[in-house]
Amino acid sequence: MAERPSKPDDLNVIVATDCGSTTTKAILIEKKPEGYRQTFRGEAPTTVEAPFEDVTRGVLNAFAELEELSGRRILDGERIIYPAQGNVGVDIYVSTSSAGGGLQMMVAGVVKQMTAESAERAALGAGAIVMDVLAANDQRLPHQKIELIRRLRPDMVLLSGGTDGGTITHVVELAEFLAAANPRPRLGHDYKLPVIYAGNKAAREAVAERLAAKVELHATDNLRPVLERENLGPARTEIHELFLKHVMAQAPGYQKLMSWVGAPIMPTPAAVGHIMQTIAKRQGINLIGVDIGGATTDVFSVFGGTFNRTVSANLGMSYSISNVLAEAGLPNLLRWVPFDIDEMDLRDRIKNKMIRPTTVPHLLVELKVEQAIAREALRLAFAQHKALAVGLKGVQRERSISESFDQSMAGETIIDMRRLDLLVGSGGVLSHAPRRSQAAMLLIDSFQPEGVTRLAVDSIFMMPHLGVLAQVHEKAAEEVFVRDCLINLGTCVAMVNQGKPGAAAFDYALEAGGQTRRGSLAVGEMKLEPLGVGETAKLAVTPARGIDLGEGRGKALEATMHGGVVGVVFDARGRPLVVPEKNRAEIVNGWAKALGAYPG
Amino acid sequence: MAHAYTPGLRVTQRATVRKERRLPIAGQVLVQRGARVQAEDVVARAELPGDVATVNVVNLLGITPGEIHQFMLKKEGDAVGRDEPIAETRPWLKWLKTTVRSPVAGTVESVSAITGQVLVRMAPRPVELTAYLDGVVAEVAEREGVVVETHGAFVQGIFGVGGEVYGEVALAVDRPDASIGPGDLGAEFADKIVIAGNLVTSGVYERASALNVAALVCGGFHDSDLRRLLGYDLGVAITGHEDIQPILIVTEGFGPMAMAEATFELLKSHVGQRASANGATQIRAGVLRPEIIIPTREAASAPAVAEVAMVGLTQGSRVRIIREPGFGRIGNVTALPPAAVQIETESRVRVAKVQFPDGTTVTVPRANLEAIET
Repeated sequence: MAERPSKPDDLNVIVATDCGSTTTKAILIEKKPEGYRQTFRGEAPTTVEAPFEDVTRGVLNAFAELEELSGRRILDGERIIYPAQGNVGVDIYVSTSSAGGGLQMMVAGVVKQMTAESAERAALGAGAIVMDVLAANDQRLPHQKIELIRRLRPDMVLLSGGTDGGTITHVVELAEFLAAANPRPRLGHDYKLPVIYAGNKAAREAVAERLAAKVELHATDNLRPVLERENLGPARTEIHELFLKHVMAQAPGYQKLMSWVGAPIMPTPAAVGHIMQTIAKRQGINLIGVDIGGATTDVFSVFGGTFNRTVSANLGMSYSISNVLAEAGLPNLLRWVPFDIDEMDLRDRIKNKMIRPTTVPHLLVELKVEQAIAREALRLAFAQHKALAVGLKGVQRERSISESFDQSMAGETIIDMRRLDLLVGSGGVLSHAPRRSQAAMLLIDSFQPEGVTRLAVDSIFMMPHLGVLAQVHEKAAEEVFVRDCLINLGTCVAMVNQGKPGAAAFDYALEAGGQTRRGSLAVGEMKLEPLGVGETAKLAVTPARGIDLGEGRGKALEATMHGGVVGVVFDARGRPLVVPEKNRAEIVNGWAKALGAYPG
Repeated sequence: MAHAYTPGLRVTQRATVRKERRLPIAGQVLVQRGARVQAEDVVARAELPGDVATVNVVNLLGITPGEIHQFMLKKEGDAVGRDEPIAETRPWLKWLKTTVRSPVAGTVESVSAITGQVLVRMAPRPVELTAYLDGVVAEVAEREGVVVETHGAFVQGIFGVGGEVYGEVALAVDRPDASIGPGDLGAEFADKIVIAGNLVTSGVYERASALNVAALVCGGFHDSDLRRLLGYDLGVAITGHEDIQPILIVTEGFGPMAMAEATFELLKSHVGQRASANGATQIRAGVLRPEIIIPTREAASAPAVAEVAMVGLTQGSRVRIIREPGFGRIGNVTALPPAAVQIETESRVRVAKVQFPDGTTVTVPRANLEAIET
C-alpha cells in the first residue's frame, strides 16, 4: 500500500466522518482551482450498539454511499486506498465521534463559583457532557456526595481545587469522598476509572495517597494556579488523551477506527469548538454558534479570543422535547404559538413527539408549534451559556469611582450581544427549516442580537468534520467553512433598548448597486429588505429620540450590510424582547409575515 | 440512506423471549442452567457496599487534623456500633471530656490526618434479583446473573411508567376503542394486568390503585394526568424506576387513542393467563419499550425477539400513522414514490401513499409511519 501524504499541501482529497449517536456522516473535500470545496456527502446509521457493535461498519457504509455518489473509489474491500490518484483513493481520513453518548464527565472543585466552575469550563471546552459538579460548598452532605459519585458512573473525573499553595484540606476531602465512592467507569468492567487531578500542586501527593490504588490517576497543571488566572489548556489536553486512550478504546470498533485516521479522533463538540476558534481568530470576529439536536443543545462562543462551550444535556427537539416544556413552562412556550391551542392538546402533542422522535411536522400548525418549542430550547440553552461564559469569580479588583457606579463586577457574562459579529445556527430545526427566513426568525427571537449582527446556518452540519480537519490543515478547513459550510442568511439590525409600542423607532436608507431603498419602523415592528448572497450595501439609520441601535440613544448608525438568502432584517421590537399579551397571536403572526416566514 | 420510518412495535402470539437478569455488582447465582423458574423466584443475590457516614472528628473535639490519631478509640477496619464512642479527649478533669460517637453501625473505613474526617461504612445492602418470567434458566454467568427464556405472546407498548409486575390478564372493555370510568373497575381486578381501552383517566387510575390492580394497559393517556400521577413534568423518556401501583403501559400514544385491533385481540385471547409486565421505557440510546409477556407451555416456532430483523416499508406493508393528521389510523402502503415530495409545511420529504379500509388514500411522510409487525 502506498504511503499517506504527510504534508498539508499534498492533501488534495480528504474524507471526514462524524460518528454521531444515530448517524455517521461522511463528507468528501477536494482541492479545486478555486480552493478546497466540499463536494459529496454520504451517511449511514451508526453501528456502535447491538447488533453490530462495531463503529467501523457504519463508517464503511457511509463511505459506500460517498463512493456511489462521487464515482470515486475510496475502499479496497475494507481498507481505505491511499493516496489519491485520479478517481481512486484519498489522501487523508479524519473523524470525530459522539457515538455512545459522547464523553460523560464529572468535575469537582473546592468552591463552586471558582475552581469547580473553572473545572466545568475545562471539561465542557474539551467536548464533554458534565454530569454533575461537586464542590466543598455545594450544600450537599458528604454521604450525598459519595452516593452521587457512585451512582453517576462517568467516563472520567476531573478533580481540581485550591490555588497553588492554597487549601489542601478541602481538596483532599474531595479525594476522600471519591475514594469512598470507589466509582466504576460507564464502559468496560476491567479497567479503572480515569481521574485527572488539576488542583493545588501541594496537595498532589496526598491526593495520590488516597486515590492511586482505586483509580487511574493522572496529575496535570493546576487549572486555577492563582485566582486571577485560569489555565485550562493542560487539563483539556489530558482529557483528550484519556478520551482516546481509555474511553474510546472501550467503545466497540474504535481500536480499528483509530488505526484508520490520519489525525487523532476528536469528540464532536471539541471539533466544533476548534473550528469556531480557528474562524474567529483568522477573521478577527466575535461569534456564537449553536447546535440544536434531538437530545442536547450545544452553544459555543468566542468573544475577544476567549472560547466557551456549554451543553444543555436535556434541551432538544425530539428525545428531550418534553423537557423544554418542563423547563420553560407552558406560558413561555405558548407566547410564540401564533394561534389559540388547548393546553391538554399541546401537552399530548409534545409527548407524542418525545415517544416517536423521528416523526416530522406534516401540517403547518405542527411546524409552528415545533418552531415555538425550538425558540424556548435555544433561549434556555443560551441563558445557560451566558451563566457559564463569565469572567473569573473570586478575583479582587481595584475599582475606580466610575466603575463602582456602574456596578460592574467580576463574574459577569462575557457575552456582549453588541459586540457579536456572527451568529451561526445548526441542527435540523434550523438547518432544515422549510424557509430560511424561519431559521433567521428563530435565531433572532431566541438570541436577541443587538445592533448589527450577521446570521448564518450550517448547511449540513459539517463543522465537526472541519474542526478535526483544522488540526492538520487549517487553511483547507477555513476555505470549506466559508464556501460550503455556511449559508449566509443576511444581517440583522436591532434596537438595543425598549421604546413605546407604536411610536417611531428609526428611519433607514440602504444603498446598493446605485439604488437607495428607504423605510421607517415603529417600535414593535419588523421589516425585511432583500439583499442577495454575496451582495453588500451601505446602511444609514437615523433613530428616533431615545432609541438606541448600539451607538447610543438617538445616535445614527452607519454600517455595511452583508446579504444572504434572507436579506437585511430590521428589528424594532426592542431588547429585552417582550411578546405582548394583548393581541399576541396577531402580533406574532405580523412578525412572521414581515419576514415572509410562512406561506399564506 | 438512514431509514426514515419508525420500526414497529412487536405484537406477536408466538415468540421466544430471553431476558438477561444481571446483578449490579458481582454476587451469587442461586439457580442452575436448565432450571424451571417462576417469575417471583429469586435467581441471584449480591451485597451492595453500604452507605458511608462521615464524622468530622477534629471539629467536634477542637483539635488539629495532625493530632487525630492520638484521640481515636477505633482504628481503620474496626467495627463500631451506633452511638459507640470512636474518639475522645483525655482532659485532667473528667467532666470536661468530649466524646465523639459513631452516628451509624458499621466499620471505620478511613481516618484522615489531613481533613480530620472519619468515614464509617455501614453494613452492605442485599439485593435480590427475581426471574421476572415463568420460564427456564437458559444461561448462567457465574457471579453475574442469568438469562431466563420463555415462549409465548409478546406485546410492546409505546410508553410506560413503573417497573416489573406479574399477574393474570383481565379485560375491562369489550372493544379496543371503548373507554371506562372508575365505576367499571371492581374487586375482581385486584392483582391483575387490566386491559382498559382507549384512555385511562386519572379517575380510573386512582380507582385501580385503590383496588391493587397490578398494571393498566391502555391505548392512550393524557400528559396532564401523567404529570398529576408522577408529581412532576416528565422531561426525558427514561422510566421504570417509579414506585407506583398500578404500573401503566400505553400502547399507542398520548391523548385518547383506540388500541390497535391486533394488540387488543391478542391480549383478549390470553385472558386469565399469567403474564409478566414492565413499564420501563427508554427512548434514547438502546431503545427500551414497555412490554407484556404471556408465557405458554408450547415451544415457539417464531424466532427470538432479539433476532427479529427490522423490516422496511414495502408496497402492501400494514402501517399506522403516528402523527397528525390521521394519527392512529391504520392502512396499507400502496405506493412509495422515490422522489421527495413537497408537503404542507413546504418541506420536501420522502412519502408513502396509504390506503385505508374505507378505500380513501392519503400521502404521508414516511417518517410518520410505523410498520405494524406481526
